[in-house]
Amino acid sequence: MKQQSNRLFEPALVSAALKQSFIKLDPRLMVRNPVMFTVEIGTAVMLYISVYSFGNSGQGSFGYNLTIFLILLLTVLFANFAEAIAEARGKAQADSLRKTREDTPAKVIKADGSVETRSSATLRKGEVFFCEAGDIIPTDGEIIEGIATIDESAITGESAPVIRESGGDKSSVTGGTKVLSDRIKVEVSSQPGESFLDKMIALVEGASRQKTPNEIALTILLASFTLIFIIVCVTLKPFGDYANTPITVAALISLFVCLIPTTIGGLLSAIGIAGMDRALRANVITKSGKAVETAGDIDTLLLDKTGTITIGNRKATHFYSLPGVTEEHFVKSSLLASLSDETPEGKSIVELARQTLRPGAFNLPESSSMTFVKFTAETRSSGVDLSDGTRIRKGAADAIRNIALNSGNEFSEDIAKEVTRISSNGGTPLVVSENGKPLGVIELQDIIKPGIQERFERLRRMGVKTVMVTGDNPLTAKYIAEKAGVDDFIAEAKPEDKMNYIKHEQAQGKLVAMMGDGTNDAPALAQADVGVAMNSGTQAAKEAGNMVDLDNDPTKLIEIVEIGKQLLITRGTLTTFSIANDVAKYFAIVPALFIASIPALQGLNIMALHSPESAILSAVIFNAIIIPILIPLALKGVAYKPLGASALLRRNLLLYGIGGVIVPFIGIKMIDYLVALFI
Amino acid sequence: MNTELLGIAATFLITLVIAIPLGKYLAKVFAGEKVWTDFLSPFENGIYKLSGINPREQMNWKQHMKAMLTINSVWLIYGFFVLLYQDKLPLNPDGNPGMSADLSFNTIISFVVNCNLQHYSGETGVSYLTQHFVLMFLHFTSAATGIASAIVVFKAFRDKTVTSLGNFWEFFVRSITRLLLPLSIIIALILAFSGTPASYKGKDQYVSLQGDTVNVSRGPAAQMIAIKHLGTNGGGWFGANSAHPLENPSYLTNMVEMIAQVIIPVAMVIAFGYFIRRKKLGWIIFGVMTAGLFLLLIPTISSELSGNPSIAKMGISQSTGAMEGKEVRFGPAASAYWSTVTTIISTGSVNSMHDSTMPLTGLWQMLAMMINSFYGGCGVGVLNYLIYLIIAVFISGLMVGRTPEFLGHKVEAREVKIAALITLLSPLLIMAGTALACFVYTDYGHADWAVKPASWLNNPGFHGFSEMLYEMTSSNANNGSGFEGLGDNNIFWNVSTGFVLILGRFLPIIGPVAIAGLLGQKKYIPESAGTLRTDTITFGIMTLAVILVLNALSYFPALALGPLAEYFSMLK
Repeated sequence: MKQQSNRLFEPALVSAALKQSFIKLDPRLMVRNPVMFTVEIGTAVMLYISVYSFGNSGQGSFGYNLTIFLILLLTVLFANFAEAIAEARGKAQADSLRKTREDTPAKVIKADGSVETRSSATLRKGEVFFCEAGDIIPTDGEIIEGIATIDESAITGESAPVIRESGGDKSSVTGGTKVLSDRIKVEVSSQPGESFLDKMIALVEGASRQKTPNEIALTILLASFTLIFIIVCVTLKPFGDYANTPITVAALISLFVCLIPTTIGGLLSAIGIAGMDRALRANVITKSGKAVETAGDIDTLLLDKTGTITIGNRKATHFYSLPGVTEEHFVKSSLLASLSDETPEGKSIVELARQTLRPGAFNLPESSSMTFVKFTAETRSSGVDLSDGTRIRKGAADAIRNIALNSGNEFSEDIAKEVTRISSNGGTPLVVSENGKPLGVIELQDIIKPGIQERFERLRRMGVKTVMVTGDNPLTAKYIAEKAGVDDFIAEAKPEDKMNYIKHEQAQGKLVAMMGDGTNDAPALAQADVGVAMNSGTQAAKEAGNMVDLDNDPTKLIEIVEIGKQLLITRGTLTTFSIANDVAKYFAIVPALFIASIPALQGLNIMALHSPESAILSAVIFNAIIIPILIPLALKGVAYKPLGASALLRRNLLLYGIGGVIVPFIGIKMIDYLVALFI
Repeated sequence: MNTELLGIAATFLITLVIAIPLGKYLAKVFAGEKVWTDFLSPFENGIYKLSGINPREQMNWKQHMKAMLTINSVWLIYGFFVLLYQDKLPLNPDGNPGMSADLSFNTIISFVVNCNLQHYSGETGVSYLTQHFVLMFLHFTSAATGIASAIVVFKAFRDKTVTSLGNFWEFFVRSITRLLLPLSIIIALILAFSGTPASYKGKDQYVSLQGDTVNVSRGPAAQMIAIKHLGTNGGGWFGANSAHPLENPSYLTNMVEMIAQVIIPVAMVIAFGYFIRRKKLGWIIFGVMTAGLFLLLIPTISSELSGNPSIAKMGISQSTGAMEGKEVRFGPAASAYWSTVTTIISTGSVNSMHDSTMPLTGLWQMLAMMINSFYGGCGVGVLNYLIYLIIAVFISGLMVGRTPEFLGHKVEAREVKIAALITLLSPLLIMAGTALACFVYTDYGHADWAVKPASWLNNPGFHGFSEMLYEMTSSNANNGSGFEGLGDNNIFWNVSTGFVLILGRFLPIIGPVAIAGLLGQKKYIPESAGTLRTDTITFGIMTLAVILVLNALSYFPALALGPLAEYFSMLK
């Protein structure tokens, strides 16, 4: 179900986009994009000139004018197509998510307690339905009663089922997912057509798409460049008259269209839509385009330790037996003490013990011969009583110390030293005793996710400060923070600590992103500049954030930051490319305008283009086809490399600035060869 | 030839030796730190008391601009009437007539805006009273206006978040008392001792060897010539400006005048870096501007030293380079250097005839004025540069994937809008002005005007086009030099350039001050590794590229029809 089409141009999407390209010619829609709107006006003028030149002379041949008209029309259509294909791709992606939840029967519990089955499309906010094993959940909602295992693969692509239950931080269910076991009562959380996904689709489709702040500023800059070129072209008429050089309308309009930044103007909205689309492909639903853009500006990233920086829970990593105790005996005892321990820590001790012991060196006693002692808050230890009377206990250092002292054994310096050493290394020590006599210490460590250091290093090079949030004590937190390579940490974190940290950073002018799921995260999510709520989180959390991550993947924030940066970079580089292109276009068109009456200006025709007509045609053709050529780049985004700002500027300036100067010289010359064949 | 180049190199080096410490001194003066000229404070306090100014009253950027515009309008009105009625006022030993209304309009605007287009000739057009109490007075005030406005921008970037940006009157008064006046006195003395007249007597007379009676205009010129250069004004005492043997008697005075016009623009850039406590940024901007200077200077010198290709074709040796329109005592290299510095900064004084320079030299001169920010005029050079810088910041900010910031303040739609409008203004004024002139010349050449448009140009064709383009460019840049050869003292040119002058002056001052004021108010964002630093060579190159590309794109067609067409025709 999780459709991740990597093809840029699905045939079905292309045909829809082609149709849209023509619909978008409507001037009322075009006026939103000032650059392309002026091209459309120019196209209309050329249509008139073409018709005029059919019977009149002085404006060039009919064929020539018509060709210019057609190329300009194509330019506009290409730009429309870029926007349409970006919209179509975003919509298709969103649709594939939405399709899963259309017309699912919902078992609605009415106010009087009776049950009615009706289509999911009719569900209103606040209504309550129930789902049993095998049911598809009809719409987004929050569990108000019960617990269930749910297959969310339709949304996340992850096949392992997840547990969702009422009351906690994992109370949200998503329409289209499937209940595998048990029964839950769910309250509908949004009106039909107003779910996050619906909002996202609306954003992509353009009706409610608002320009982001940077997009507005760039549009202003591009509009002013367009105005400069209007001045340049309009004043050329009296200049030409002074120099006794009649300039045809076709030449003036061609010059104008070539000079104004059509490349970036045509691709600007496509780049914005593609940014949201890329977020969606990463399974992140954004509530506004602005949020994606802001993500690129993030200075500080708040990350939960568990699940983001470390793998789930602590794991046993070492056994340290005391002098006088054989390692084998200690490991065996640890294994026995942990057999009934269902916590992840306990399981990891069993696992490590089995790896440590030689195969066959040890046989488990019959389970009937063992009496397991559960962990209680009072004893703060757990363990096993064997049939031979041996009592093995495992617990925190001070708990075992009590046991040891109470039973008349000593708690030696060696143990105390070992315990402190492990603690200061960020580990958790567990001591095992046999009949009150300490045997050794088990070291539990947080396992830092492989590759996470590199990701943090990457973030650091981007200029993003990472902050680890953890419930651990400051000593452990510091150790893990150093090991994982985060820049700062909040230890023994309470929900309000996150909030305070965010406010503190924001007061310094920084932009903060965080991820959260619980209701108590909601205020911080709302306060953060980019708040990503996990889809499994509570409704309150999802409402408060400005993005929802369908995968519930805490490392997703890193990806979102890169998507945001990529969005801005794509705009910046294509603007540079577009403006740099003008240099070559000038050298094509300006000599062509004047050569007839000022032969000396042949000296400016450094590309040695065939004739004035071919020069102008080549320039407008190049100007038109560069748009579709760059559509893939606009949709995929310019590759982001975390090099540091100055190095990145150098790289992009070389690639898109210098490249933007050189490429059109080659392109126009090549097109001129072809055009010359027909003239 | 080599000594000529050596002369230029020495001039440039001496300029830097003076300008760099001067910049550091200026930063201190305007930051209110202790400097050795503090002994002038009682004098300044007297001025404040006399004018009813409280120099400690803080202004925001709008109040600054209001003060700036108010005082400039007062001078505009005052000067207009003095020029109009100077024949009826004292200190007019030569009995020069009052100006016509349109010439007076043009002249007063042009002096208020630090341009000094001078559609009149000093010897016959103005009285000593006008020269001293209007024109020379405005030399000081217009330079101080530019400097004071630039200090407002400096203030906005000095601290993290600010709204109160000091007191305009204080900046203005100090610009004069601590900088312009003392330096003018020194330079005036050098000029006076080198032979420039400084007396109030009327014309002198002598009989030449041929037996002709020659009337020699003179007057208290040395004082005015000093501030004309220091303040990047350019409006000389005599019609021939610094090509006149009394205005610029020797190679030494030529060097002094060349140095005098560059030191304050360079010092302002250095002062910027020191004032906002980002010296490196100041040095990078200085580097970009200097690179720009050399990009224009080297081709200019080479085209002037290699002489005129048309003469070369006749087989005539030109070992001295292109000498038409140049003074023998200066030679082509010093004339080329002068023509470059006078156009990159907005002085507009000349020591040779720009009309006679090689076509490509004309191209570089016009390009220099179109860019108008390689050092640029007193104070306003930094302001013009800020506009390019904001555009460079914006585009490169996007290119590194972050909302653009400058000195810790986010550059957003509002600032971009102002920068875009100011960027737009120059091409609009220059191109639309030239287009209008072309239109009148071509289509109404024989209109029934006092001066028929058809008689404007001594050289029709490409060169004539360059003359008109140059005039508009010079007006927009508030430069004031002329290609001459253009009959400009008539109602069309007086009025049209008058409007170009006033728009080309005040909007490009208000724009950058507004941007700085708005940015300064914004929350300060600390730098991180993702922040694009503006004090790097990379960013300097980016800014230079923005300056060159923007100007090339705006003016290429016009320059192709003027100097480039002339150049290629000459080669044929």
